[in-house]
Amino acid sequence: MSVFNQSRKNVIRLIFIALFLIIVIRLFTLQVITTKYKILADDQGIFRKVVYPDRGIVFDRKHRAILQNTTIYDLMVVPSKIKGTDTTTLCNILEIDTAEFRKRILTAIIKNKAYRPSIFEALLSQEKMAKLNENMFKFAPGYFLQERPVRDYPFDAGGNILGYLSEVDTNFLKNHPDEGYQSGDYAGKTGIERTYEKVLMGQRGIEFYKRDNKNRLTDRLEHGMYDTAAIAGQNMFTSLDIELQALGEKLMENKLGSIVAVDPKTGGILCMVSSPTFHPKLLTGADRKKHIAELLLNPALPLLNRSVMATYSPGSTFKTLQALIGLHEGVINTEFRVSCGGAFYGCGSGKPMKCLDKGTFNLRSAITVSDNTYFATVMQKVIENKAYPSQDSSLAKWDQYMYNFGLGHKLGVDVPSEKKGNIPTPQFFDKVYGKGKWNYCNFRSVSIGQGEVDVTPMQVANEMAYIANKGWYIIPHLVDSIEGGDKFGLLTKYKDKHGNIDIPDSVFEAVHDGMEGVVDHGTGVGAKVPGIVICGKTGTVENYFRGEKQPNHSFFCGFAPRDNPKIAIMCVVENSGKFGGTFAAPITGLMIEKYLNDSIAGKERKDRVEKLSQMNLIPPRIYAAVRTQDSLMHRKDSAYLMAKGYIKLMKDTLGIEEEDAKDDLEKLDTSKRLNNNLPPMPAGNDTGFIKQDAINPADRKKPSVKDSVNNDNK
Amino acid sequence: MFQKREVVLKGKDWVMIWLYAAIVCIGLVCIFSVEYKANDDFFRSLFEFKKNYSKQFLFLGICVVLATFILLTDSKFFTATPNLLYIIGILLMMATFVLGKNVNGSKSWIPLGFMNLQPVETCKIFTALALAKYLARNDTDFTKTRSQLIAAGICFLPIVFSILQNETGLALVYFSFLLPMYREGFPPGYLVAGASLGVLLVITLLFPPTSLIIALSVIALLCAFFMKRKIKRNKGILLIIVGLWLMASLFVGVAVPFLFKHVFQKYQADRIFSMVGRDNPFEDESTVKVTSADVKKAKKEKENYNVKQSKIAIGSGGLLGKGFLKGTQTQGDFVPEQHTDFIFTSVGENFGFVGCTILMLLYFGMLFRIVYIAERQRSTFTRVYAYSVAAIIFFHIAINICMTIGLAPVIGITLPLMSYGGSSLITFTILIFILIKLDSDRQMILR
Repeated sequence: MSVFNQSRKNVIRLIFIALFLIIVIRLFTLQVITTKYKILADDQGIFRKVVYPDRGIVFDRKHRAILQNTTIYDLMVVPSKIKGTDTTTLCNILEIDTAEFRKRILTAIIKNKAYRPSIFEALLSQEKMAKLNENMFKFAPGYFLQERPVRDYPFDAGGNILGYLSEVDTNFLKNHPDEGYQSGDYAGKTGIERTYEKVLMGQRGIEFYKRDNKNRLTDRLEHGMYDTAAIAGQNMFTSLDIELQALGEKLMENKLGSIVAVDPKTGGILCMVSSPTFHPKLLTGADRKKHIAELLLNPALPLLNRSVMATYSPGSTFKTLQALIGLHEGVINTEFRVSCGGAFYGCGSGKPMKCLDKGTFNLRSAITVSDNTYFATVMQKVIENKAYPSQDSSLAKWDQYMYNFGLGHKLGVDVPSEKKGNIPTPQFFDKVYGKGKWNYCNFRSVSIGQGEVDVTPMQVANEMAYIANKGWYIIPHLVDSIEGGDKFGLLTKYKDKHGNIDIPDSVFEAVHDGMEGVVDHGTGVGAKVPGIVICGKTGTVENYFRGEKQPNHSFFCGFAPRDNPKIAIMCVVENSGKFGGTFAAPITGLMIEKYLNDSIAGKERKDRVEKLSQMNLIPPRIYAAVRTQDSLMHRKDSAYLMAKGYIKLMKDTLGIEEEDAKDDLEKLDTSKRLNNNLPPMPAGNDTGFIKQDAINPADRKKPSVKDSVNNDNK
Repeated sequence: MFQKREVVLKGKDWVMIWLYAAIVCIGLVCIFSVEYKANDDFFRSLFEFKKNYSKQFLFLGICVVLATFILLTDSKFFTATPNLLYIIGILLMMATFVLGKNVNGSKSWIPLGFMNLQPVETCKIFTALALAKYLARNDTDFTKTRSQLIAAGICFLPIVFSILQNETGLALVYFSFLLPMYREGFPPGYLVAGASLGVLLVITLLFPPTSLIIALSVIALLCAFFMKRKIKRNKGILLIIVGLWLMASLFVGVAVPFLFKHVFQKYQADRIFSMVGRDNPFEDESTVKVTSADVKKAKKEKENYNVKQSKIAIGSGGLLGKGFLKGTQTQGDFVPEQHTDFIFTSVGENFGFVGCTILMLLYFGMLFRIVYIAERQRSTFTRVYAYSVAAIIFFHIAINICMTIGLAPVIGITLPLMSYGGSSLITFTILIFILIKLDSDRQMILR
C-alpha cells in the first residue's frame, strides 16, 4: 500500500520547505529590513540619562563661597498613573483649584503624552515641599519628586555681578551649536554666570541604563561602556569682597546709583554695587517667573547693572585727568597758577563758567577746591597748543590720552553688557557744528566733565586705579583664578598693564597732593576716615531727562591709602541733589574704612551707616512712574503694553536675549498692585510735575550742546 | 560495560541524536538568558533547582534516563502495547477532571510533586503509537471510508477532552495527525475540503455573514450560468452546486457564529479576531452593553501586547543579534511568558537573523531527517509513527514561531525541545527516542 503513496512524501517535504521559507523571509523583513523595532526596543529598553555636572562654585577673596549649588525639587506627574490619587489634598497643598489642576494635567498630556513624566509644579518652595514630603505616599505612583540642582547665593548679595541662570532659548541654541546644549537646559544669563558659562558649566555626561517592563532602571547598559562621565564645572576665585559688597548694597539702599571698588595693584574688582539691586535668591526658586516680571516692571530698573551699563558725565572727577594731560603735554607745570575772579572768561563774553571759591590757585589747590576756571584754562591750553597744526589734531591727541586712561572704549571687564561711554572726537564735533566750524569754546564744559563726555562708574574707578598706580592699570576683573587652570584663555587679558605713557611720578605726586587736600580740607571732607590718608575727588553732575533738568548726581572717586594704594573706588548717587561731597563722599569713606580696617569703628560711624542706609534719595520721577503704572494697571491691556515697553527697554539696555520675559508677561497678575519695594515718598517733594514712566540712564537727553555750559561744578 | 554501551548505541541514527542534543542545548541556553540577572551565581543556582533553567536541566537529566530506557527496551514492546497505552492516556485525561490542578484557567495538569504532568501532551505519544498500530494492522484497508473514520476517531478523541479542559491550543495539535494519514492514502479531497473550509472560515472572520451569503449566492448563480450546457447533460452538477452553496451558507451563517459563541472560550475568540484585526462580533449582547468602549480597547491592547513585545524583541535583534545576555528586551522582561511559549524571541534578540536561521535549519533538518527515516522503513508501523512525530513537531514549530512573529494568533503551544517545561520536553524526547529505537530495528519485521 505504501508503494501507491510514495509521491506524497514529496508533497509533505514541499509543505515543510514552504513553511521554512515563510518563516525565514518573515524573519528577514522583521530583523534586517525593518528598523522600527530596533527603535521601539531602544525606546522601551534603554534609558538615556543626561547627567548634569555641578556648576562651578564661585568664591570671594577670602575664599567664602558666594555662588554655590543647592537642590530643590520639582513635582512631576505621570498623567496615566494618577487615577485614584487624592487630588483634593494635593490641590490644597499646592494652593490651586481643581480647574487649574485640570489645566495642568491637560497641558502635561498635550506636551508630553500621558505615560511620560511631566513637570506638574516646578521648583517647589520649602513650605510646599515640607507638606508634600509628608503626604507623598498618598500620591504615588502618579506623582513623584525630582531633584533639581539650582544655584544658591549664601550671602544674598551681588545679584547683578553674579547673575542668574535661565532656560536657553532658540536663539541661544542657534548661537551655540555643538556645545552640547539642548532645549530645557539652563545657561548663565547675566553677570559672571554668563561671562564664565564655559568654565562653570562643566561637561555634561550621558549614562545608559537598561530598563525593565515596569519602567525600572535595572542595570547599566554594557556596564557603562557607552557612558560619558560628567565633569563638574571649575570653581573660580574672585577678587570680590562679599562683605564689602553687602555693605555697599546696604549703604545704597533707597538710592539709585553705583559703587565700584578696584584693587589698583591687581585690577581685581572688590565690589560692584548697583542700586537698586535684587535678591539673587528670588531668581532661582519657586515663583522665579513672577519675580522676574516684577523686576522688569520696576521703573528703577533693578536688573540694570549700573556699574558698567549706565553712563554719566563724569563731572569734576574728570579734572584730575585734565591736569595729567596738561602736565604731560607741558602746557602747564605743577606751579602753574590761574586766578578766578568769579568765572572763566577764556572765551571772552558769553556764558561764563562760575567758580565758587574766588582766588588764585595752583594745581594742588585747584584740585582741592575743584576750581572750574583752572581746568578750563588747562584744557584750553591743550587744545589751542601751537605745537599741533589744528584744534582737530590737538583734540585727537587729547582723545588719545583719554583712551589711554581707559575712557571712551569698553574696558573688557568680565561682566557682560559693558558700555563704552563717550569721549568726543573731532569727527563728533564736525557732525554737530559742521567741519571746521567749532573751537574749544564750543565744548569748554568738557574740561570740567560736563557736556559731551560720558563714562561708566567702572571707568572712573579704573581711572582712579591708574592715578593711584602712577601711570598704569590692569583691566578690572572679578575672577582672579580658575581652579584647574584657565582652559579657555579667559583671564590672559587681565595680566597685562595698560596705559603707561611715561608721566613722571612728580606729576602724579602733585595730583595726589591735590586729591589728598580734597578729603583733608576740600570738597570731600565727608569721606575722611581717621588714620587713613585718602585721596579723592568729588563731582556734582548736572543732568537732564528728556530735556528737563533733574537733581544733580553726586559723585565721589578716590583711592587709599595714598602711599600704598589698596583700593580705588567710585561712588555715584543718582539725582541726589546737592553736591558730590554730600552723599557720595561719606559712603565712599565708609567703604574704604570697611575694606582697609575690615570693620567700621566706633558708634558714631556705625550710626552713620544706618543713617545713610535709611536716607531716601530716590528721585521723584520714579515715584511718578510707579503711580502712572498703578493707574494703568487697572486696564489689563495697557499693563501688557507697558510691560512690553519695559522689556524692550531691558533688551536694548542689556543687549541680551530676554526671550523668556515674554512668558513672564503672560503670567503677570495685573490685578495686584506691583510691589516695587519703594520706601514711602519723602515728604515735601513735589512729584506731580513729571509724567514719564522710567528713566534709562543711557537714554538721557541733554539740552542742546550750546546750552550745556554749566556752572555749579564743585 | 563496554558491551552494554554497544547494545545501547549500535545502529542508532546519530544525526537525529545530535540534532536533538543541539536543539535541547540551545533551549537551555535561551532559558538561562531569559532568567539570568546580573550578579547571579550561576553554578550555585544550577544545582539548587529553584531557577527555571536549573529545573529544565533536571528535566533534561530525566530525559537522558528515559531515553536510555527506551533505547534498551525491546522494539516489540512499542508495537505490542499501543492500544493499552492509548486507553491509559485517555483515562489520564479523564482523571484531570478529578485530580486536575488549575493553571492559567485550564484544568489540564496533574500534580506529581516534583512536576506537573499534562496528559494532553503525553497522550500525543500514545495516539501516535495507536494510529500507527491501527494503520499497520493487516486487516486495515485504508482506502475504505470505515477505516478512515476509525483512524480519524483515534486521532480526534483526545481533542474532545482537551477542549473540555479549556486547552483548545493543545487540542489543535491533534489535527497534525492528518499528515501521516494523508501519507498513508487518506483522500486529499478531504484535506482540500478542510483547507477550503479554513479559507471560508478566515473570510467569515473578515466579513459580515449577510454580505458573504449574498456573495456566495452570486458565485453559485454564475457557476450555474457558465455550466449551462454541462448541467443540461448532467443534472447532478446542478445538485452539487446547490449543495455546496447551501453548505457554505450554513457554515457562514450558522456554524461559525455557533463555534465562536459556544465552542470557543471568549478569550480564544478574541485572539482569533484580533489576529485578523477585528473586534469579536459574536460577543454576547449583554456583555457588550456592560463593557464600555474603553475597557474593550484596553483588553484588545493587552491581547496584542504579547505579540507586539515579541515582535519588538525579535526585530531589534538585527542581522547578528545583540549578543548572549545583552538583549535589552530579554533582560528587561518585556516579553511575557518568554521562557515558555515565547522562548524563540530570546534567540531572535540575542543571536539575530543568523541565529534564527541556524535554529530553523536545525529544526527543519530534523524534520527532513525524520521523513528520510520514515521512508527507509519496511514496516508500516514505524513509518506511520515517524510521520506522526514529524507532523507533531512541524505543527508545534509552525504555530509557535508564526505566533512570535505575528503570523498566527497567540495559541499556547510550546516550541519543541526548547520551551521551558517538563511535560513538553519529556514528551518530545520520548517521541523522538521511540522513533530512534524503532528505526534501529528497521531490519526486523514489526507490526
